[in-house]
Amino acid sequence: MGGGPTWDRRRLLRTGAAAFGGAGVGWGASAVVADRAVAADQATSAGTVQLTPAAGAELAPAAGRHQAGITTAPQAHVALIGWDLRGGPTSSGLTRMMRLLTDDARRLTAGEPALADTEPELAAYPSRLTVTFGFGPRVLDRLVRRPERIGLVELPAFAGDRLEESWAQTDVVAQVCCDDPTTLAHARRMLLKDADAFASLRWVQEGFRTARGTTPEGTTMRNLMGQVDGTVNLDPAEPAFDERVWAAGDQRFAGGTFLVVRRIRMDMAGWDRVDRVGREATIGRRLADGAPLTGQNEFDEPDFEATDRYGFPVIDPASHIARARHRTPAEQFLRRAYNYDHTDLSRDGGADTGLLFLAYTCDVAASFVPVQRRLAEIDRLNEWVKAIGSAVYAIPPAAPEDGYVGQQLLEPDTDEEDNA
Amino acid sequence: MNTSTKLATGVLALTVASLLTACGSDTSEAATDEPATGQSTDEAAQFSVEDPWVKATDEEMTAAFGTLVNESDEEITVVAATTSASDMTELHETVQNDDGSMAMQAKEGGFTIPAGGEHVLEPGGDHVMMMDLTEPVEAGTVVTITFTLDDESTVAVESTVKPFTGADENYQGGEH
Repeated sequence: MGGGPTWDRRRLLRTGAAAFGGAGVGWGASAVVADRAVAADQATSAGTVQLTPAAGAELAPAAGRHQAGITTAPQAHVALIGWDLRGGPTSSGLTRMMRLLTDDARRLTAGEPALADTEPELAAYPSRLTVTFGFGPRVLDRLVRRPERIGLVELPAFAGDRLEESWAQTDVVAQVCCDDPTTLAHARRMLLKDADAFASLRWVQEGFRTARGTTPEGTTMRNLMGQVDGTVNLDPAEPAFDERVWAAGDQRFAGGTFLVVRRIRMDMAGWDRVDRVGREATIGRRLADGAPLTGQNEFDEPDFEATDRYGFPVIDPASHIARARHRTPAEQFLRRAYNYDHTDLSRDGGADTGLLFLAYTCDVAASFVPVQRRLAEIDRLNEWVKAIGSAVYAIPPAAPEDGYVGQQLLEPDTDEEDNA
Repeated sequence: MNTSTKLATGVLALTVASLLTACGSDTSEAATDEPATGQSTDEAAQFSVEDPWVKATDEEMTAAFGTLVNESDEEITVVAATTSASDMTELHETVQNDDGSMAMQAKEGGFTIPAGGEHVLEPGGDHVMMMDLTEPVEAGTVVTITFTLDDESTVAVESTVKPFTGADENYQGGEH
């Protein structure tokens, strides 16, 4: 091809920056889509003249031995897809399914159409698309040798949960994240089409954050109750991150992690009756900026000992942040939540509103479970939030080169397994 | 690239995408990325298939698709094909009948790929017709398609079996 005179318009758009002598430095000079090796998270400096829709061309950075979509700065949209394997888990069925789905993910996240893609044009703007696959407990128990070494167990029942069967645990999950809803819809459809021969769809949980570019990069999200949500979170840049998030030990799973899914419905009509003082006391943070009630800025350490002039704690010990705060380093995990808001005329206010809580941890029992137990026991926020869905998945490491996600678990190298 | 401008829209997008990939990586997949040397006497060395796939089915026939790539500076013609899953395999084209309906028929002379060019096999167009299937062609498995070229050299290609609901056009004259 090499720069012939025949220019396709889309190609021109994609490679515009390079073609015009790098004028579009803002989005990384050469065509982002064209080079898989480019970690496409170069800073987009404000004020740069842009010739093209940069965000659409951007690829999620490669995540090395991990699947992408975990440390990836959260994209604007998610579709979390849960499947149950038809006729129960079989090795040949899941293997074939994961081959197809991994191939789809590879191509689509690179901005290329899937194989036999009937709408190839819809793949043109990857918009940091990621697809992250995971397996539920039943898959581990039936299809993986010595599953206890991987250590996935179902979540215990928590007091206060109001679980609905329609959001229950599934065999397979795909977390599909993208900054663009059209690209996401296409990727999701492709995955559903290719999975259908092997698995029945149980649910798709859709969620969103602010649109890309709405807030400065790195801004903590707000949930639909208006709270700054996720201030205390593990940062991939901090040394403790790897130890808390990535599994080690068993070679088949090293570099993998576990995903906790909690679908949390909010009682917005009830929350409407709470004034700002009550709302802030419930959380322990100010609504305006997320600062703890004892601090000035969002990231100030809360002072749980501070008392007001009557001797009462400034931050209520029953407030959400007082109860949720990790008591030990081992209780930390990565949160990657999304809001959801669906029309539901049967509900007060005509909407089903809530939070799709997604957390990644290398040890569910040591991190999420004790924190959630504490919250289930006492948390002022419980009056307005209820978990209606709950599931947990093993998220395998990245697929081997030319292989599929989960291959190390489903078809382990014999020597490796024996030495594990 | 000059060949792909003649192709259908969907195909163009596929072609452009694969060329972009080739531009940005060290390994060349696209036909025109590296000029052919023209020294080879064996056409098979200059022939490849990009993104080969087969439509999954539990019926008696199905079809194989992909982009035939000729990296040489001579024309190459695919004259026949066999597969690991069928007893009878034909090279087909899709034609429009007088009444406007579309139908498939064997393509006289096979598929000719211009020098340094491509020839796309796709639903609704040319394809490799697989008949008398010897086994179910199951999604997620691999079928080997062996192409015979006009110099009698052969190329075997591993093709991914994909779920696909299209590609069920009528057969010309109901002969199959």
